[in-house]
Amino acid sequence: MSEDLRKIIVDGEEIEVPNSYTLLQAAEAAGREIPRFCYHERLSVAGNCRMCLVELVGAPKPAASCAMNVRDMRGGPNGEPPAMNTLSPMVKKAREGVMEFLLINHPLDCPICDQGGECDLQDQSLMYGRPQTRFAENKRAVEDKYMGPLINTIMTRCIQCTRCVRFVTEVAGSPEIGMINRGEDAEITTYLESAVGSELSGNVIDLCPVGALTSKPYAYNARPWELKKTETIDVMDAMGAWTRVDVRGTAVLRILPRVNDDINEEWLSDKSRFVWDGLQRQRLDKPYARVKGKLSAIGWDEALKIAADKLSGDAKKIGVIAGDLCALEDLKAAKDLFTSLGVTSIDGRQDGAKIGGGAREAYLFNSTIAGIDEADAILLVGTNPRLEAPVLNARIRRAWLERGVKVGVIGENADLTYPYEHLGAGGKALVELGGKRSGFIKTLKDAKKPMIVLGMGALTRADGGKVLRAAGELAAKVGAVVEGWNGFNVLHTAASRVGALDLGFLPGKGGKDTAGILKAANKGEMDTVVLLGADEIDTASLGESFVIYIGHHGDAGAHRADLILPAPAWTEKYGMWVNTEGRVQMNDRALFPKGEAKEDWAIFRALSAKLGRTLPYDNLDQLRAKMIADHPVLGGLDHAPGSASAGAFDVAKIGEAGEVTDKPFVSPVKDFYLTNAVARASKTMAECSALKNAPAAQAAE
Amino acid sequence: MSVRRLADQQPDSFTFTKASEKLVTFWLNKYPEAKKASAVIPMLWIAQKQEGWVSEPAIQHIAERLNMPRIRVYEVATFYTMFNLAPAGEHFIQVCGTTPCWLRGADDLKKVCEKRIGKKGVVSKDGKFSWNEVECLGACANAPMVQISNKDGDEYYEDLTAESLTALLDNLEAGKAITPGPQNGRDCSAPEGEAKTLTEKSLYDGSAAKKLKLPNTAKAEA
Repeated sequence: MSEDLRKIIVDGEEIEVPNSYTLLQAAEAAGREIPRFCYHERLSVAGNCRMCLVELVGAPKPAASCAMNVRDMRGGPNGEPPAMNTLSPMVKKAREGVMEFLLINHPLDCPICDQGGECDLQDQSLMYGRPQTRFAENKRAVEDKYMGPLINTIMTRCIQCTRCVRFVTEVAGSPEIGMINRGEDAEITTYLESAVGSELSGNVIDLCPVGALTSKPYAYNARPWELKKTETIDVMDAMGAWTRVDVRGTAVLRILPRVNDDINEEWLSDKSRFVWDGLQRQRLDKPYARVKGKLSAIGWDEALKIAADKLSGDAKKIGVIAGDLCALEDLKAAKDLFTSLGVTSIDGRQDGAKIGGGAREAYLFNSTIAGIDEADAILLVGTNPRLEAPVLNARIRRAWLERGVKVGVIGENADLTYPYEHLGAGGKALVELGGKRSGFIKTLKDAKKPMIVLGMGALTRADGGKVLRAAGELAAKVGAVVEGWNGFNVLHTAASRVGALDLGFLPGKGGKDTAGILKAANKGEMDTVVLLGADEIDTASLGESFVIYIGHHGDAGAHRADLILPAPAWTEKYGMWVNTEGRVQMNDRALFPKGEAKEDWAIFRALSAKLGRTLPYDNLDQLRAKMIADHPVLGGLDHAPGSASAGAFDVAKIGEAGEVTDKPFVSPVKDFYLTNAVARASKTMAECSALKNAPAAQAAE
Repeated sequence: MSVRRLADQQPDSFTFTKASEKLVTFWLNKYPEAKKASAVIPMLWIAQKQEGWVSEPAIQHIAERLNMPRIRVYEVATFYTMFNLAPAGEHFIQVCGTTPCWLRGADDLKKVCEKRIGKKGVVSKDGKFSWNEVECLGACANAPMVQISNKDGDEYYEDLTAESLTALLDNLEAGKAITPGPQNGRDCSAPEGEAKTLTEKSLYDGSAAKKLKLPNTAKAEA
């Protein structure tokens, strides 16, 4: 693309823009706002709504500014730069004409439409709408279509912008929505009205400029102006997407993405978007203790007393396991408390991943998520990014789609929405790849910026450390880690994992890891096991030990617990998380904790007083100050280290030496919609999961 | 035109016959492997020629053959009205109803069809006929006209009247051959009967032409 600058005149003001800009972009560069329906920055240009018409000086007709390039404009007769007007009466009249046509068949049912208050058509008709219609004929009516449990359709409202069609085809990579028939009868539908199968399908709700596609779970719940909006961080996967939580009263009513070009652009996975109804179900709102086999509610004082009593026993027989959703503050307070008690069996990796302890680069997504846009060869090892981080997967898809980047996979032969070379299923393929001379290894070697992405499917097995070494050696061999580019990446699945590793939430000297704790508990060698929101472990092997569960949902962990200390979910507390890139991000509290729940760190602070080991902080600020003093790396908010230290990182020495077994790599995400306690409590997620697992049964609906 | 949907009753499966398969190969050979989706319209047409209409299994089959998403084939099949989404009669009659034909009596033709065959888009009881009204077929000089599609091909029958269309239908029903083209004895779109204008001989023997002086010649051309 030529980046030659060209002078153009926008409403009499001369500006210089790149040749490749569209008129719409040029107008925006000049500070003009152009109304649009079909145009979207992140989708291909369709040019079918005609709302962005501008006047080209000297041309007989207005032109659609989204579909015309600056380089195609004609200058004036005496060599003046080309000129366009975006505010002239002609433009206004043209747009009013377009709007009138759009409204011919639009029902104008704004009072009962969920899009009301945040509708592009509504907003723009304020500027370009005529006071009344000149169209006396009947409006057309369109049958509503079934698009699955997430998308509500009222197709009469559709203005055929085709943003949804372009999104599922281009970004999501599952072309299931299309426009059938033509002209007046054109309709948007899925093939035979099947549910949209993409993990990113919810984004079409945001994209729809009118109320044709709206959120089914949120339907008729609220108006946008009634909601309190809070900027939060998503914890459903390890990407740490930027989100906005909309709350009314004591309930989260929806979760929307915020724009962040380095992480999620403006997309959000369906799990992150629709999990909110899980926040109202199965909540732990009071401390509970198991009395005669039954959990019964007790007061905080009593609960803390029981906990203190249990924790003052033999520190060697106490184990602590942290789950997937913990904030840094929770982990820091827990670690400080248990370390001061002498507990060494601490583990923040409930899935048993063999990472952490060494260089930070060994467990980060070092290329950064935005770095995928630069990579020219990608090897995925033991990961299914479509399920583990759908938004990240969309970026890999774009790398393939726009730049033809070659992707290789060692692991499951799953549908990733882009073609790839399947190089093998297990460890043997990874080891052998390094020894080969042709094929994908050549692609990696020839690439200037190769990426190797190691997933939890490769690291959560007994020989995970050895797989890590093998991948590191491969990365060194293909020159993936050089000054200025670090192509060694670990894709995490849990929001709290990198934070736990950064804090050193790992077994101390002589301490046991998750598997060790469970094994010992099963044998009766553990007195007390503390589960910090850890639900994805085999609770049956906790044996006879006394289980203290600190968390927010009544899931596997709470089910087994002998003592439950209720804590807030991520929307209900201030907290910090570190995403898979090593980016530290801060979360705002959107609403108050449920019932008597107390923030996790405060529980540990209270416990520490009872145990006579008072933690040196009385509020969150002091805790954060201590945490950042102890771990300076956590002080750099919203910053991904990326390749900053790539030169000093010896990628070939990570993990442990040894033979890798040929067991196939299997992604830990079996069911995308049910990966954590909040998602398992959500009705919407249950519906999605049922649909995914038994599509035939639901199709009859 | 109206909203077109797939028929309620669909066959269980679809495969191309051997004869169709030959045509399919012919069309697929025209496009490089990566661009074989270009063959979607010919493929749908071959399917329609084989079955008389495009069924849902046919759409699926073509999508698989061309490595296209099913919805894309569905879009094409619903976009073009030449694809029948429901079974058609052995002889499928498309009556042009656009202005020139309408002015010249397309309404009469429609009445004939309604009387002889039944409602638009519905196959007659004996399965021999079905009809539909279509937009301009581009034979306005010979309005009004119909297109009759059957296993022998797709032909235009022009300059119709209610009587001549009835005669055509009678012949088709009886299994007799019919001749495509104008049904009133006219030669293509030449004037009916004798030519009445531009009849002077001198117009055609060059005598009316102006004398030209061609470059690089000695004298004016005769």
